[in-house]
Amino acid sequence: MTAPAVPAPTPATTGEMPRVRESSGRRNAELALLLFVMLLVLAYAATVEATALDTITSDFWVPVALVAGVFLGLHVVIRFLAPYADPAIVPAVALLNGLGVAFLRRIDLAFADANERADLPIFSGVGGRQLAWTLIAVVLAAGLLIIVRDHRAVSRYAYTLGLVGIVLVMIPAVLPGKFSEINGAKLWIKFGGFQIQPGEFAKLALVSFFAYYLVRKREVLSLASRRFLGIDFPRGRDLGPVVAVWLLSLLVLVFEKDLGTALLYFGMFVVILYVATERVSWLIIGLLLFFGGAFLAYTLGASVGGPFANFYQRAEIWLDPFADPYADGFQMVQSLLGLGTGGLFGAGPGGGQPNKIPLVVSDFVFAGLGEEIGLFGLSALLVVYLLIVERGLRAGLAVRDSFGKLVAGGLAFTLGLQVFVIVGGVTGLIPLTGQTTPFLSAGGSSLMANWLIIAMLLRISDAAGRPVTGATGGRAGGPGGGGPPAQLHGAPTEVIRS
Amino acid sequence: MNAPLRRAGVVVMVLFGLLFANLNWVQAYKADDYRTSPYNARVQVDEYNRPRGVIEVGGKALAENKATDGELKYLRTYPFKSQFAHVIGYKPVNLGATGIEQAEDEFLAGTSDRLFADRFRDMFTGEDTAGGNVVLTLSLRAQDAAIKGLANNDVGSTRGAAVAIDPNTGAIQALVSMPSFDPNPLASHDTKAAQAAYDKLNADKQGPLKNRALSEVLPPGSTFKVIDSAAALESGYQLNTRIPAGPTYTPPTSGSPIRNSSSGICPESQVTLIQALTESCNTGFARLAVELGANKIKEKAKAFGFETTDLKVGNLDGGGLTVAASRTGDIQNPDGSEDKAALAQSGIGQNNVRMTPLQGAMIAATIANGGERMRPYLVQQLLGPDRRTIGTASPKKINNPITGDVAADLQQMMVSVVENGTGRRAQIDGFTVGGKTGTAQDGDDPKDHGWFIGFVLKDGQPISAVCVLLERAGESGGSSAAAEIGGQIMQAVIRDRGAD
Repeated sequence: MTAPAVPAPTPATTGEMPRVRESSGRRNAELALLLFVMLLVLAYAATVEATALDTITSDFWVPVALVAGVFLGLHVVIRFLAPYADPAIVPAVALLNGLGVAFLRRIDLAFADANERADLPIFSGVGGRQLAWTLIAVVLAAGLLIIVRDHRAVSRYAYTLGLVGIVLVMIPAVLPGKFSEINGAKLWIKFGGFQIQPGEFAKLALVSFFAYYLVRKREVLSLASRRFLGIDFPRGRDLGPVVAVWLLSLLVLVFEKDLGTALLYFGMFVVILYVATERVSWLIIGLLLFFGGAFLAYTLGASVGGPFANFYQRAEIWLDPFADPYADGFQMVQSLLGLGTGGLFGAGPGGGQPNKIPLVVSDFVFAGLGEEIGLFGLSALLVVYLLIVERGLRAGLAVRDSFGKLVAGGLAFTLGLQVFVIVGGVTGLIPLTGQTTPFLSAGGSSLMANWLIIAMLLRISDAAGRPVTGATGGRAGGPGGGGPPAQLHGAPTEVIRS
Repeated sequence: MNAPLRRAGVVVMVLFGLLFANLNWVQAYKADDYRTSPYNARVQVDEYNRPRGVIEVGGKALAENKATDGELKYLRTYPFKSQFAHVIGYKPVNLGATGIEQAEDEFLAGTSDRLFADRFRDMFTGEDTAGGNVVLTLSLRAQDAAIKGLANNDVGSTRGAAVAIDPNTGAIQALVSMPSFDPNPLASHDTKAAQAAYDKLNADKQGPLKNRALSEVLPPGSTFKVIDSAAALESGYQLNTRIPAGPTYTPPTSGSPIRNSSSGICPESQVTLIQALTESCNTGFARLAVELGANKIKEKAKAFGFETTDLKVGNLDGGGLTVAASRTGDIQNPDGSEDKAALAQSGIGQNNVRMTPLQGAMIAATIANGGERMRPYLVQQLLGPDRRTIGTASPKKINNPITGDVAADLQQMMVSVVENGTGRRAQIDGFTVGGKTGTAQDGDDPKDHGWFIGFVLKDGQPISAVCVLLERAGESGGSSAAAEIGGQIMQAVIRDRGAD
């Protein structure tokens, strides 16, 4: 970070000015992008009604205005509390989230009775619930920005977070099925009409724990190792605790049959380990374990069955979805047919029949959108996702402390991996494993957890973008929010020389 | 730590690149496959959003639509149930259509290029383009007569077929296969019920789904003697040329003798050609075939349409219902020389000779039409959704298998069959009817197939030509029952035209 923002040891007044201008420039860009993105969503919502209802209702703009309002609120919070944060992240996420709300409302229209369509209340149906969840999730994200003024503060609670992560993952497994099972997957906590998927929140907690632990141990991990088969293995006691936490969560997920999340945690852990130790051998071991495990699960599924039968079945469907198009392969077949029907340009918002695809509001939301916005629309969405992920990674690159690097890198990579797993699944690139499509799928837990991840990335990118004042990095800051925040505690997060 | 972070960024890029590439594969390269896949319910919903065109005959709808409350807005119905099932076919929700529903699918569905102007207009008016209507050549009366005749035959045959053709044009007047089926359950929107109905019909040993008029090939028996006669007349024989006959004939290289169907038939050593056909003299035609040689017989059969593999019965665009190829079969020894025993058998329509009922009708039609063989067709007219005429069939000659003189001689011979010989039951008062019966042994089954091919003329002008087949009709009588049905069908055509 050789930021040229501070030209010379000039007097303090001029030293302040460019910084203020820079941060407000970023925020203005964010505001402009946000308004543009909300206009796009508004146009989408209008097109949906024009096509699906043959008319545009007088209140079609209300859901868009509501999400736009809460996004603008978040923008204001960022303006004051994270002025140097990356200005592209919030508009990009807002576009996805806004489209998600509008698309789910479009699905509600498809399922509503023909004569009640035009009068569908704003907060009814899946779309209405998603709208409500969006409002809550964004407020939660703003809350995280308000409470956590320095991301390094999080590392103080790393062990607690690790424990919380494990508990969150395990709760549904230990709860009786009555309170935890929906559609055969034991991933929920249900009480009354309310349900929440605790595992979604575990990602953030576990990444924080892994990051903290590996930062503490990275020297030992990379130096004190034994060579075996040309690969450096660290000593068991150094790696033990993280591997234990990781294995535990993985095991639970496998027995909850949530293979997608298990794969996600696996990838997340391998990447954090790799980034922390800078040793390619971890990647190789990770990939070998992954492919070996997948192959083993497939063969065991074919011969033994039991807990592996599910995986085997999914692999078989992936290899030939049309083998049993009305039963096992039904979801995949309908997804592919929907995508194919969309073709290059799509049937237009509101013009397709995405309600033909099973689970179109959750797992298959990408295929449902694809039928209406086509290859070009989906490509644009992929670019938006890629933008968010790469901006998150960039925050990791730019931030000066290892903990921040690992958290930002881990979260951003996991987000990208999640998009890959679910989008690859519904488009037939890889076997399908149930996952939410971040910000698009219906579901409060997913939305809240992902918005918390975005808030964390914003916080870290703010720290990264904050110009260095004073002679050397790290300690100078003072009251008034000028320089980087002071170390809030004695956690040994080093400043990295790179 | 930045280097591996950058690499993680590259990994994400690669993963997204894979997603992008795969998305191109699914949404661009495979898009058409998926869009038109039979599993794609969207296609159906779109298709059923507009009324499919009507298939009609004489102002009556044979296939029409009923509006429903369901997701598929129109239900295809067939008011005549089993009567036209094999011609019209049916349009199921999940599987491919058959019959005219398939042959004219694009036009009926409104997606044909011929209806481009209509679609273009409706793009602006915002209406859903209805499909075009198809008018068939069939005669309601003739079809009815054929169905009744086949169903009430007095020899107890449960399977059979009948075809009637206008010899002048090739327009098909009747096309019936027995037993038939009701296409309505197959077009049900309840796809499971439709599948169950199909499975039941498909498993039926009587084979109701099979269109016997077009796809069943059976030994034609004595009806094939008409081909022998044509070959003989072309080789210089006259109606009164005497040909060797006798009670039995043992071909030169084989021990199994050929007999006549009863001792009263041509026991004399020589009969005239016309007598031989009138009485259906087996020994005479077996000897004649051996005399003429296999090549002449096969060539003549081929000119009449045997060995044609690409014949389709439809409109003049060439599409339509596929017709099985009729065959004369190999008539040679393993060393390639002529197998005289097989030739003698082939001459009386046995051995490996196989014919479709349509082919039989076309032989009779060609003779009635002075030797000009016309292409058979089923679609008379295509009408737009607004009933504006979009296309009319124009008759097309395929070839001249025989000269007009030979045709006239054959007419005379066949008229003799109906007036004096085995085809008496086909007679129609006030009209000249010609024909030829056939009784064909098929394998070791004691029950023979009964055939009749024939035509009716008024003042020398052909009105109709028919072929009737009664499968497994019995040891005798099948062919004369077939002749009677043939007469009834031709009578119906006459009445339909107001020619009586």
